Amino acid sequence: MSYQYNIGCSLNNLKGIREFIRNSLKAHAIPEIDMAAIILALDEMCSNLMIHAHHCNPDHQLELHIDVSEKNKLVFEIIDDGSVFDINQFHSDKLDDLVHEKRKGGLGIRLVKSIMDNVEYFARDGKNICRLTKQMQ
Amino acid sequence: MVHIKRLQENGNDVIAIIGEIDASSSIELDLTLAKSVGEGFSKILIDCSSLEYISSAGLGVFMSYIEEFKDKNIQMVLFGMKEKVANTFTILGLAELLHIRGTKDEAKKLVDELSV
Repeated sequence: MSYQYNIGCSLNNLKGIREFIRNSLKAHAIPEIDMAAIILALDEMCSNLMIHAHHCNPDHQLELHIDVSEKNKLVFEIIDDGSVFDINQFHSDKLDDLVHEKRKGGLGIRLVKSIMDNVEYFARDGKNICRLTKQMQ
Repeated sequence: MVHIKRLQENGNDVIAIIGEIDASSSIELDLTLAKSVGEGFSKILIDCSSLEYISSAGLGVFMSYIEEFKDKNIQMVLFGMKEKVANTFTILGLAELLHIRGTKDEAKKLVDELSV
C-alpha cells in the first residue's frame, strides 16, 4: 500500500503531516508506542527540512510518500528540491554538552536515528529523496 | 496547537500543557518557563496529563533550562505523562536529566524535598 501527501514548508503544517501518517498507518496494526515514535521521527525530519533547507517558506513543497510492504516493512520518502540536509553528516552531540551549552536543538537527529532502522539520501529526477526505513515485527 | 495554563498552589507554579508541542508551538512553552522564572518561582511543576505529543523542539526547551535552574536553585518536576509521551523522553535519555513523577502528589513531594 502506498500513500502520498504534499505540503508547503510551514511549521503550522506539521500537525497535518502527523495526522496523515497516523491515518495512513492505522490499517496496518502498528502498536501505538511504535506509531507514536514513527510519527515523531517524521515530524523531526520534515521540520528540519522546512527550517534548514526551505527557511519555512510555505510556497516550497515537500512530498511525503509512505509504502508498506506485505512483510510490514515501512518505507518513508521525503522528496523536495531544496538544499540537502543530510542528518548522517551530523554526529549526535552528547546530552551533557547540549545541557551545558543551553542549546535547544540537536535532539531531533538523535531521535530519528534511534527510531528508524536506516536513513539514506539520493537524487531522483532532479529531486532530493530522503528515505527512512523501519521494519515492523 | 497548545494551550498552557498556569496556576499557583502553595508556592508552586503549576504549569499545565494541553495539546501538542512541536516546532511551531515550542516557543509558548519557552515563554511560559521564562515568565515563571522572571516572577521568581523556585518550585515549578509541569502537568503533562493533557500533553498529547512533544517533539524535540519541546524537549529542547526543557533541556535548555537545566543549567539555569541549577544556577538559580530552581526545582522543576514533570508529572502525569502519558506512556507515548514518556517514551519520547526515554528514547533520548532525558528521563535521567529531568525530574519526572507519575502523579501530582508525588511531584509536589519531590519538589519540596529538592527545595530543602
